[in-house]
Amino acid sequence: MREIRPVMGMPVEIEIVGEGTKPAVEDAFAYLQAVDERFSTYKDTSEISRINRGEFAPETASREMREVFAIAERTKAETGGYFDIRRPDGSLDPSGIVKGWAVKNAAARIRENGQQHFFVNAGGDIAMSGQNANGEPWKVGIRNPFATDEIVKVVYPKGAGIATSGSYLRGAHIYDPHDPSRELRDIVSLTVIGPDVLEADRYATAAFAMGKDGIAFIERTPGLEGYAITDTGTAIFTSGFVTYTTP
Amino acid sequence: MKKTLLALVLVGASALYVFSRSAGASAPSGIQISNNVTAPAGGGAPAATPPAPVQPSSANSGNPPPAANPAATPATPPPAKSGYKDGTYTGAVADAYYGPVEVQATIKNGALANVSFLQYPNTHSTSVYINQQAMPMLSQEALSVQSANVDLISGATDTSIAFRQSLAAALQQAQS
Repeated sequence: MREIRPVMGMPVEIEIVGEGTKPAVEDAFAYLQAVDERFSTYKDTSEISRINRGEFAPETASREMREVFAIAERTKAETGGYFDIRRPDGSLDPSGIVKGWAVKNAAARIRENGQQHFFVNAGGDIAMSGQNANGEPWKVGIRNPFATDEIVKVVYPKGAGIATSGSYLRGAHIYDPHDPSRELRDIVSLTVIGPDVLEADRYATAAFAMGKDGIAFIERTPGLEGYAITDTGTAIFTSGFVTYTTP
Repeated sequence: MKKTLLALVLVGASALYVFSRSAGASAPSGIQISNNVTAPAGGGAPAATPPAPVQPSSANSGNPPPAANPAATPATPPPAKSGYKDGTYTGAVADAYYGPVEVQATIKNGALANVSFLQYPNTHSTSVYINQQAMPMLSQEALSVQSANVDLISGATDTSIAFRQSLAAALQQAQS
């Protein structure tokens, strides 16, 4: 069964191979919905909104909230401060962690429900397990940031997690029109493959914020591989990335 | 006794071999460039670019580079008109966290043919370690369209038409 629903402000796609998989699909969507109710900064009633209004201290938050805060704190330390859930106005926005964390947990629930062949894809953050309906390894396309209906790379994560960070808005700030000798070059899309989707997501987010240094950061971080696309249409990829380009 | 001596000689030889291998592997080198770095046909698509801002350091030929004929379908390019001119270019010294990096890029037939590092951080042992670990191992390739026959897709979706227009205008200035 394959199903796409809007959750957490983005299309979330879940496929579980086989018959009688609907209950596991429903359970995973229900879980993601509950995560959104708790962590959405767009919902006044969410726990994170209440914390940001000062209704209670972060230390007395739910176990889930404290877990996400702890992962955010760890990521900030591991990435030299390039990942920070505290906004300039002092409020907390953990959405950069929540997506990967929620997808990882949803995948664990599907496994606990006895399923081995599935994927969960929340806006490009993907957890997967086993094989597709044809008994082949899951095949993931990396989208062309310049033409969103095109795929520019095919990877086989083989059970690893994958996440892509990207935006067209960053590049505009690095170009100096008064200095044409300064070449326009920045990263517009960074895909990271890691031990699980949470690792891939938090490192993709942090390394993307590092600009062109991000891919070298992925290279020297054990267990991670990356594929960065520059604003001039070149891809830069890490030494072990090729292990994921064949089934 | 002979066996012990033989064993010692073998161990010594292996140690020497391992040492020479690791010494060779840690020698700094340029970024490895994969074979499919080509200028897409048509001349309006992007050439591969070097990994740092570059400035011309030599005279360039006035003729536009001939279009290459890539085997793979070029991907829809970013809104850039490229046309990098042939020659060797030395990049500005850039701060790479752990120290300065300066690269030299060679453009041949409008495409990036080689990149070598003139400077890279090596003052502290950690920098040497990090950079020998990371820099020479990165590879690059030009984007090319792949078959859409995949199970699922990962990608940046945050497109902005305004940025593409702004970038196109900026690049036009960079060419003139």
